[in-house]
Amino acid sequence: MVLIGVALIIIGFAIRLNPLVVVTVSGLVTGLIAGLPIVDIITQFGEAFTTNRYMSILLVTLPVIGLLERSGLQNQAGHLVSKIKAATAGRIITIYLLCREVGAALGLLSIGGHPQTVRPLLAPMAEGAAKAKYGEVPEEDREEIRAHAAAADNIGLFFGEDIFVAVGAILLMKGFFDQNGIEADPISMALWGIPTAIFALIVHSIRLYLFDKKLDRKLGSKAKKDVIG
Amino acid sequence: MIFSVEFIYIIMGIIGLCCSLYTFADKANPRRLLSGLFYFIYSITLLFGSVIPPFYIGLMVILMVLIVGMGGLRKGQYGESSDQQRETQRKRLGSWLFLPALLIPILTVAGAKGFEGVKIGSLFIFDPKNTTLVALGVACLIAIITAMMLTKNTPQTAIKESRRLLEAIGWAVVLPQLLATLGTIFTQAGVGTVVSDVVTQFIPENSLFMIVFVFCIGMALFTMIMGNAFAAFPVMAAGIAVPFLITQFDANPNHIAAISMFAGYCGTLMTPMAANFNIVPAALLDLKDKNHVIRVQIPTALIVLAFNIILMYLLVKLEV
Repeated sequence: MVLIGVALIIIGFAIRLNPLVVVTVSGLVTGLIAGLPIVDIITQFGEAFTTNRYMSILLVTLPVIGLLERSGLQNQAGHLVSKIKAATAGRIITIYLLCREVGAALGLLSIGGHPQTVRPLLAPMAEGAAKAKYGEVPEEDREEIRAHAAAADNIGLFFGEDIFVAVGAILLMKGFFDQNGIEADPISMALWGIPTAIFALIVHSIRLYLFDKKLDRKLGSKAKKDVIG
Repeated sequence: MIFSVEFIYIIMGIIGLCCSLYTFADKANPRRLLSGLFYFIYSITLLFGSVIPPFYIGLMVILMVLIVGMGGLRKGQYGESSDQQRETQRKRLGSWLFLPALLIPILTVAGAKGFEGVKIGSLFIFDPKNTTLVALGVACLIAIITAMMLTKNTPQTAIKESRRLLEAIGWAVVLPQLLATLGTIFTQAGVGTVVSDVVTQFIPENSLFMIVFVFCIGMALFTMIMGNAFAAFPVMAAGIAVPFLITQFDANPNHIAAISMFAGYCGTLMTPMAANFNIVPAALLDLKDKNHVIRVQIPTALIVLAFNIILMYLLVKLEV
């Protein structure tokens, strides 16, 4: 019965209703089915919303990013990159992916992030590199480049952070095994994450390489024409 | 403590509150009152979340959702700088423009590592429970001041620019908090146990490969539903990993832990429920399709998930 809430989520997202509405309705319905009084459910909403305020931390970054964008930060990022001949969108994102993953593995989780790094720096650099190489880039390809920039931040972070022993996930699992009377060692858990971490890095780098090739095929001819013409 | 996490929430609330005032006054927004109200209520929940009783916060959250559901949240006009203005500023400042942006990560890391547990007298400088969060907040404050001095802009401009970004993100800004709420309700209602019961039914008890397969896929699926691998691990591990893999096949719990969490993360990469990673960035980067980031991530996630299954199977099989 409680799976109705899950079904509501899946259907809601699938038919593209507004996610806020879908999530709220599913929460209310799930709570009611489980027999919680409506007052308790609403109290739950308030309580969880309050304890999770940290998730909206990006608000504090907005003034900085806004001001810098107003002064041409994104243009400067693109401009700098356009001077480097070897720079391509895929290569720049790959370098970022590597730094992000290694940084996260060393416990430096806060060196990246979408509001503070991807939007003001990485995305414009990658777009700038594409623009320098191909001339004007159509909007759909620019969106694809930006989506790749955001994805690299996630992938680097996720597959890097579990290599760091003191990260929440490792501690959570250690706690779980302790409770169940199973011996587990955080350092060994972190080390056994390394094969997957390296594999993810390789796979995603290859995909970024192929993404560059795809851009070459699609926009490359135009760049050559520009040079000849 | 001198800088508590509540202090950071208050800064966030003030930024939101100031933005909402501009939204109320924005004549270019066809629904300026409702839109303003949305951001206003949001800021109140940030500012006074620890003072107002949770029931009323809950009502405020539902009111915000109603505004969005009625289509009351619209965008306005922001008086952006022209290309020419931006170019002049860029030429004047050059790469100095990067300084405030780079200050954020550098000061955050330095603050989180350097001030962790440091006291002045008997007071902690940073909230010891949330050092990184507080360090990030303080780093941003310093970066805001640096950016204002560097670009010779006023706090008003800083707020106007924040509003431009905030309204670009729009409703997505509260989605992560709301999803965390849903997670709590799911847990209370026992959704986790039901899902693991369903998954466990598919397990043929003697095929090691199938157990590993169901376990890893289960981790990914469960994470996709809950939006969070942390919620998935205890349930799936208790349901499958401990009874079947660790007890029956004598698997090494360290291997299981490391790989299953990554299997969960593959799920995180594929779900809109992990809004903070997938939906908010799409809004932040002006992507038309809010699932664009997910679309880009799916191939990598599936390949890595397959790798995890094979790796876990081999490690248990070969008794490494």
